[in-house]
Amino acid sequence: MGPILKMVAQRLALGLLTLFAVSLIIFLSVEMLPGDITEAILGQGATPETVAAFRRELGLDVPAHLRYLAWLGDIAQGDLGRSLASKRDIAELIGGRLMNTLFLASFAAIIAVPLAVTLGLLSALYRNSWFDRGINLVTLSSISFPEFFIAYALIFLFAVQWDWFPSIVNVNSDTPFWERVYRCILPAVTLTLVTTAHMMRMTRAAIINLMASPYIEMADLKGLTRLRIIVRHALPNALSPIINVIAINLAYLVVGVVLVEVVFVYPGLGQLMIDSVSKRDIPVVQAACLIFAVTYILLNLLADILSILSNPRLLHPR
Amino acid sequence: MTTRDELSLLRSMGQIDRRGLIKGAAALGAVGAAEKMFGGSAFAATPKKGGALKVAIGAGSTSDTFDPATFTDSYMQFVGFGCMRNCLTEIDNTGKLVGELAESWAATPDAKTWTFNIRKGVTFHNGKTLTTEDVIDSINHHRGPDSKSPAKPLLAPITTLKADGNSVVLTLETGNADLPYLLSDYHIAIMPSKGDGTVDWQSGVGTGGYVVKKFEPGVRTYLERNANYWKAGRAHFDSIEVLSIVDVAARTNALTTGEIHLMDRCDLKTVHLLQRNKKINIFEVTGSQHYTFPMITTQAPFDNNDVRMALKLAVDREEMVKKVLRGHGMVGNDTPIAPSTSFYVELEQRTYDPEKAKFHLKKGGAEGLTIDLSAADAAFAGAVDAAVLYKEHAAKAGITINVVREPNDGYWSNVWMKKPWGACYWGGRPTADWMFSTAYEAGVAWNDTFWDNKKFNQLLVEARVELDEAKRTELYKEMQLIVRDEGGVVVPMFANYVGASSDDLAHDKMAGNWDLDGMKASERWWFA
Amino acid sequence: MATAAQNSLKLLGRSPWSARFGMLVILVYVVTAIGAPLIAPYGETEIVGIEYEPWNEVYPLGTDNLGRDMLSRIIYGARNTVGVAFATTMLAFLIGSIAGLLAATLRGWADQLLSRLVDVMMAIPPLVFALLILTIVGTNLINMILVIAVLDSTRVFRLTRAVAMNVVVMDFVEAARLRGEGLWWIMRREILPNISAPLAAEFGLRFCFVFLTISALSFLGLGLQPPTADWGSMVRDNATLISYGDITPVIPAAAIALLTVAINFVVDWFLHETSGLKE
Repeated sequence: MGPILKMVAQRLALGLLTLFAVSLIIFLSVEMLPGDITEAILGQGATPETVAAFRRELGLDVPAHLRYLAWLGDIAQGDLGRSLASKRDIAELIGGRLMNTLFLASFAAIIAVPLAVTLGLLSALYRNSWFDRGINLVTLSSISFPEFFIAYALIFLFAVQWDWFPSIVNVNSDTPFWERVYRCILPAVTLTLVTTAHMMRMTRAAIINLMASPYIEMADLKGLTRLRIIVRHALPNALSPIINVIAINLAYLVVGVVLVEVVFVYPGLGQLMIDSVSKRDIPVVQAACLIFAVTYILLNLLADILSILSNPRLLHPR
Repeated sequence: MTTRDELSLLRSMGQIDRRGLIKGAAALGAVGAAEKMFGGSAFAATPKKGGALKVAIGAGSTSDTFDPATFTDSYMQFVGFGCMRNCLTEIDNTGKLVGELAESWAATPDAKTWTFNIRKGVTFHNGKTLTTEDVIDSINHHRGPDSKSPAKPLLAPITTLKADGNSVVLTLETGNADLPYLLSDYHIAIMPSKGDGTVDWQSGVGTGGYVVKKFEPGVRTYLERNANYWKAGRAHFDSIEVLSIVDVAARTNALTTGEIHLMDRCDLKTVHLLQRNKKINIFEVTGSQHYTFPMITTQAPFDNNDVRMALKLAVDREEMVKKVLRGHGMVGNDTPIAPSTSFYVELEQRTYDPEKAKFHLKKGGAEGLTIDLSAADAAFAGAVDAAVLYKEHAAKAGITINVVREPNDGYWSNVWMKKPWGACYWGGRPTADWMFSTAYEAGVAWNDTFWDNKKFNQLLVEARVELDEAKRTELYKEMQLIVRDEGGVVVPMFANYVGASSDDLAHDKMAGNWDLDGMKASERWWFA
Repeated sequence: MATAAQNSLKLLGRSPWSARFGMLVILVYVVTAIGAPLIAPYGETEIVGIEYEPWNEVYPLGTDNLGRDMLSRIIYGARNTVGVAFATTMLAFLIGSIAGLLAATLRGWADQLLSRLVDVMMAIPPLVFALLILTIVGTNLINMILVIAVLDSTRVFRLTRAVAMNVVVMDFVEAARLRGEGLWWIMRREILPNISAPLAAEFGLRFCFVFLTISALSFLGLGLQPPTADWGSMVRDNATLISYGDITPVIPAAAIALLTVAINFVVDWFLHETSGLKE
């Protein structure tokens, strides 16, 4: 276990560095965006006079580098600061939304991951059969449609035509758990359709890639069934790329679901982020980006640890 | 025959509108609206109390606050102006100006000093009684060097503001007969004073028909009926939930599946399909909302009036109304004054005339004109399509327009009034003076064409204090002519407010000054 | 030369029906894209009729919201969409695979530098990143291609580096090094041929993700400049019609889906050929 712990420590340290770089890039880009929060909030109502007054009120007359350093100082003490636009505490602002995002992401992942891996195994097992082609056709088509389009289509069928599920999620902190699950089914299915193809195809490719290996041929010669060969011999060795692609898709479920949130009116982090970018509310954008970056770094780390554990050769590198 | 005494008498009676203020205003249009209804009548005799209303508004953002100085979109307008608070005056559903928290008002004959008598016995949601101090501090919230309010320019002419018994007395630098109208602006809401000259906007406490119980910016607001509401026969719902649903398809789906009862801004592309649904009423009001293409007249080639004229002639307004608004609107005539605005004068309609446009180009020495037109759907729904249509129309007049799609994000701060020619919308103002002095008077902050016409500016100031109605009409007619023929703005169309509701909602005649029954559907509508 | 052609013909003869179907579809798309002005009945931006005409003999697929012929828009859309997607994906692979190969071959600080850089870029949500950059630099075609290509290249980099790492340690690479071959030669002649299979698989999916990114950006109001016809924006523009069961918006989306399926069928066949499996 020694080398793993060392790797984890190393990666976490690098992760911190990455977070710092991300925050710097985001800060600079939001600063470089034309217009600032005062103009964004006042909109058509912005006059030079009102903008100047608003800037003074928000402390935006302070030079950018000083503002960044102040923010960095706060964040080092675990203080995410306050939203420029609403003056609300960011931790509080983001907390509820983060829970919503994680809830939807886990919901979709619980359906998508087992489904994708099973389908991938089956299509590798029956490769080049009608079943294989059929599954590929369906999953490939489903990722070719933009996610908002799939969402609209599902709403049309299941909410407007058949009235099985609500068309908008509209949950709040008081919604009971099962009610929440019910209201989230359509967005979860949308996300499943969007992510399954990628994971399924990688599973299939990783296994097929191994099928020509001598040890598989050996197992084949021993007369083992194909299912047994795939599950017992090929899968363990194909785990590393599969885990990696699952990690990428999980990160996507947390980070990249803005459009699904918009269509289903789901109060998640993505919408908050886009909203804050368009309002130039830097502290909120920073906080949301940091959360996304942390998610990404941790998922990657987890994927690498699992890959190493699944493959003893990686555990003891030459 | 109008004597000054009669006028001030009339004014002191309070509830007078423009018609009353300038007596015998036969030629005046009411500040009202033409209204169309589809799919069954929603008119019902007597309002009924009760029910939980769910509304979806196509705006709203996580940065929203209760501060009326930051209200810019219809979400906080509906919540803040429509549910939580009141103003001093109100434009009622027929377009008439009536008192709200001001019971009555009077002005000196030069329209410089105004006295507003504050309504007695009104209480805020927290039990505090309304006083003149609340009114003064609420108005001052938008004044002064630290104000960031869009209402600041409206209130700039005020020199003093003081209490006199139960009245508030305002003195203006120059007379303005329209002041009571200005005070119905949704920013100038009355909030409880903190006692130190500032107001408490943070708590959301107001005098309105509904009390805020939960506020999640950019998501939803939950309000319950104010049991002590001072207005009789208003605010019928037990509770209101206002959702922010920016995506129009999601909003429409929510209505068709019964998740909500009322929505604003239908998708004009599909409203004819929505209309087939028997359980849904589409309502439509022609107000003063207009879509424009302002040119910066201080920059070449727009400093040349022949170029401006050529561009005004090179657009097929009929087709634009038909395709961009899908018929839900009317053609514009290059002035911002709608038929429903006071002092509207019918001028000869400008039509699509590529030949005449070519003539003007030649005259102005600008043949083979090539220009950029900036547009984004942030300017108005369908702005990019409208620009593409414009390009096709203008091509026939030998003008090459390059449509530049700008990002929605930051459109108002980076494109509007920065790029030489772009798309824009105006909600419209109830009076001609208000509209002109907001965006056409030289040097005002929102003069988005940077237009400076001496004659026009002079007439505007003249008309503002002119009390003879016939003369005033004449002045405004001349101003509309000047804007139409020399102004820097192309006004191709006036857009209707098109919204939809479930068929169990009922209402009276609808106001046209804003969407959703003047943003007051919350207190004027009821469940049948 | 002749034998090479013969070999590929023989290879083609052995191809499964799925790969043949895929190649046929790709061919049709390429011909459509190149010959758009000849095939399309009307101009790309020409307003020919009233808005939303139903399907009829004059307008086989009806007209769009401004009264432009839908069929012509779809045909021109092939040119713009496939062209943009191809350019973007090629660029992404060029940047990503060269950087990935460099990182894997050079190791050490070059690897660290590139990997950490990519980590940072990948840690920022791609849609937000694109939104930020495009708002700063403006949305014209070139910027759009560059931004999406750079974002995509991070994914290509990761893949290339990971696969190349396994090849770099092989004996034949070591041998080439000892022979004194140059870095470029080793990367191109020794490593690249051995990692082409996974890269090709990735290409098939990446290609389709470019449409999706363009479509998503146009959802946020940052698509290609109008009046250019591109499928991503066309889906977005007409998407609300699906709520009423109108299938017009399905056509451009289906055009994208068909191409994705076709490309991946060909890729599958290629994978199969290179995997060494006999069946």
